[in-house]
Formats: sequence, C-alpha cells, structure tokens
Amino acid sequence: MILELRNVSYRYRKGALALEDVSIGVGEGQSVGLVGESGSGKSTIVRLMLALAKPTAGEVLFDGEPITPATMRRFRASVQTVFQDPYSSLDPRQNIESIVAEPLRSLGIAKGSEARAMVAASLASVGIAADSLARYPHAFSGGQRQRIAIARATVCHPRLLLADEPVSALDVTTRIQVIDLLAELRESAGLAILMVSHDLSAVAALCDETVVLNSGRVVESGTTSTILAAPREEYTRQLVAAVPRLPAP
Amino acid sequence: MTLLSVSSLGVTAPGGRALVSDLSFDLAAGKRLGLIGESGSGKSVTSLAVTGLLGAGLVATGSVLLDGVQVVGGAERRLVPLRGRVASVVFQEPLTALDPLMRIGKQLAEPLARHRALRGAALRVAVSEALAEVSLDDARIARAYPHEISGGQRQRAAIAIALSSRPQLLIADEPTTALDVTVQAQIVSLLDNLVEARGMALLFISHDLAVVSAMTNDLIVMSAGVAVERGTVAEVLSAPKDPYTAQLVRSARDLDAMLGER
Repeated sequence: MILELRNVSYRYRKGALALEDVSIGVGEGQSVGLVGESGSGKSTIVRLMLALAKPTAGEVLFDGEPITPATMRRFRASVQTVFQDPYSSLDPRQNIESIVAEPLRSLGIAKGSEARAMVAASLASVGIAADSLARYPHAFSGGQRQRIAIARATVCHPRLLLADEPVSALDVTTRIQVIDLLAELRESAGLAILMVSHDLSAVAALCDETVVLNSGRVVESGTTSTILAAPREEYTRQLVAAVPRLPAP
Repeated sequence: MTLLSVSSLGVTAPGGRALVSDLSFDLAAGKRLGLIGESGSGKSVTSLAVTGLLGAGLVATGSVLLDGVQVVGGAERRLVPLRGRVASVVFQEPLTALDPLMRIGKQLAEPLARHRALRGAALRVAVSEALAEVSLDDARIARAYPHEISGGQRQRAAIAIALSSRPQLLIADEPTTALDVTVQAQIVSLLDNLVEARGMALLFISHDLAVVSAMTNDLIVMSAGVAVERGTVAEVLSAPKDPYTAQLVRSARDLDAMLGER
C-alpha cells in the first residue's frame, strides 16, 4: 500500500464523529473511487490522507509507516492532489509556468532549466499548449484549468494522485475529456488514483475499486462493476438509482 | 396569447461580443421547454433576458413578450409586476440566492405578504404551508439561517420562495447542479410534481441531458449563444443533426454507459 487509513476515526474538537473505524488503502497503480453524499466524510478522509489533519484514533500509513517530519518531503513528492474547483485552486496572480513549477520549488526537486523542462513535459502530457506558460489562469476555461491543476499535481511524478471531485464542476463533454486524461496518466505513468466523488459515472469510468461511505462509515466496498451491478447495501442501491439516466436509445 | 414569446433575441456584452444571437422560441401556458448547453453557451443569459434582469452593460435586442408585455427595453415599472406574478426563477446556487442574514421563514414571508396580501397569523400559516409543500416539515427550518441547513434544504426553500407568488412560469436555471446525485433526484421529482400540480409552464435550463430529459420533452440545444438544434428529447438523442449536439449526446451516452445496463 502506498497510502492507507487503518481503523481511523475522526472527531471534531467539539463533538461530532466525522469518521468511525474507516479502513481504506491504495496500492501501487490501483484506482479506488470513494463515493458518498455531502457530509459522508469524504473530504475528511482526503484531509487525513494528505496529513492535513490527524486522526482521533487509528493510523495513517505511508509505505506502511506513520508519516513523520523526516518522511514528509518524500510523502509530499509521492502523493499529490487535484481539487474540485479549478477556479479557486489556481493562484490568479501567478502565471501557468510558476503554478505548475510550484511542487518542484517547494519540494526542492528541480530548478532552472531542469524545472522548465519538467513543467513543459507535464503541460504537454495534459494537452496544454507550450505557449501557455506566460499566461494567467483567467485566460483558460474550466476544463483547461483542471488540466493545468493535473499538470501541477503530476509534475513531480507522484505515485498517487488524490483527486477530490475532479470533474464535478465541469461540463459533460469536458468531464469525459478529463476522465480520459486521468485514465491515460494512470496507464502511461503507472499512477495510482484515489478519486472522491458523488458521481458514480465518473467513478465507474476511472476506478477498478469502489468504497461507499455513509455517515462516516464504510458501508460497502468491492470492485466497481460488482457494486454497480449488484450492490449489497440499501444505501448503495439508492446511490446507484439516483444517478440520472438517459432514455434508452 | 402565448405566455412567453421570444423572437430574434440577441444579447451583447460590453465591447460588442454576442452572448446570444437570433434566439426564438415560444412557451405556452402549462408547457415545458428545456434549454441545454455548456458553460458560456448563453442559456443563463437567456433566462435573465426573459425576466429583464440582465446585468449592467449587457444589452438585449429583439423581442421578449412575457404575458404580452415587451421585456426588451421595457421600463422597470412595467417589468416589476411580471416578476413573481408571471415568472419566477430558481437559481443554481441557493447559498447565494438566499439572503444569508435573514431567517428562511422571513425570506418566504416577504413575497407571501406582498403577492397574497397576508398578515399576522394567516401569514405564519402560509409560511408553514409553503415549506410543507416543498417537504420542509421541520418547524426549525423557518427559524434557521441559510447556513444552518443543508444544500438540498436551501434549494427547497428557494423553490418555495419562487412559488410563493403563484407564477405562471417557473424558470429553473441549473437548479440541481450544485447538489449531490441523491438530493438532485429528490429536487427533480419535487419540481416535476409541483409544476404538474399547479399547471405551471417550465423553462428548465441545464447542461445535463439526463436531467433535462427527466423534466421536459421539448428542448433547445444552445452553443455559443445560438440555438443549434431543437426537437423532442427522443429526436435529439436518437438523431442529432448538429455536430455540437452529436458530441453532447455522445458524451452523455458514454457517461451513461459507464454505469452499465439498467
């Protein structure tokens, strides 16, 4: 396992239990979808997995070990994130080159011409033209911004990408393109992906495994095809049934 | 007289860029129409033009007749009586549509008092009835501020407010886009039932073909401010004529196929 939550519970400082005895992990090259409604604890899991919060009980393990200040830099270089809203996740006052180079700078991975080459390669891999380097986020559409966010997350060649609702803010056609891009990165770079989403079709398109979360507990997990075709839990059935479907052709 | 008659509607941004060009459609009382397109296709601008709510600097040309009143270039005092009584809007994001500093009950009481001349005990009863109609039965909702209730509850409250003036036309502009799928399914069915029960006309705006097809049978596909295709849901899905529509249908079918057989 690259990253694993083992029997994790999380309680807010005043009161409510946000997660209860959750175990979930992502291994090398795996793709896991984390599905649930607002308030189910998805974002709390992402925060714990990014070591932005500490669990009340249980362990967060990176390569089988707790994350310590000594392993933090290696952890950050191995696990990167794409957020839901590409309009708020890119600094409006930095140009694209500076935005995409940020992990290289902050993790001390590369600078100068080496960094420039990595940024160019990363942007090329997400289909953003090389002449975009000096432009600013406002000049790009939502789908292009999400590609730039993906370029930033993958520029340091991480092993795991945490994608928190990466396509929910996008139009249907753009959604397909970004899902295809993530699938391609998975194939070509062997990138493991944990995708958080309330949209089962996006999870179905990208993830081999699915974990269903309800009120801070894992209610069902298994291969995505099994969960879609034969959900065991009533909650999962409701979730599948709620997805709007087109009239049959 | 048609309830809403739009002909050769154009909307231009400051600087002259066309946001909507030469758009025409009619919507009769009690009928439903879907406007579908992606971000920037001009569908929300169209809904604002229909109610005379275009932002500063946006200029409308052509004609929008709402209950026989010309909205394009119409004087504000002629438009005010249309809003609420003839047409109401439910917006995409209930958190910004609702006043954050006012309790839900008060926000609902205002239009009820104005449009139905209710006061005192009768007004309080009307508020709880209006909330019950959108399945907000909990008495605490009326006393809550918008941030204290869930996104789905906020959208139900916004729908109750839009319906409080008994409009003949409901304009729903991406009313479920900000919501989870399960909540979306509830709101879609709530809107469907209310529109049916009251015999309202509905202009339903969305980027999601699957959601639109659950609400309306007739739709217009917009791209870059132009109506590129119109027809029934079945026609558009089975034989899209325009290349943009074909791409939209293909994407929607691809996503749908991911979910497997029904």
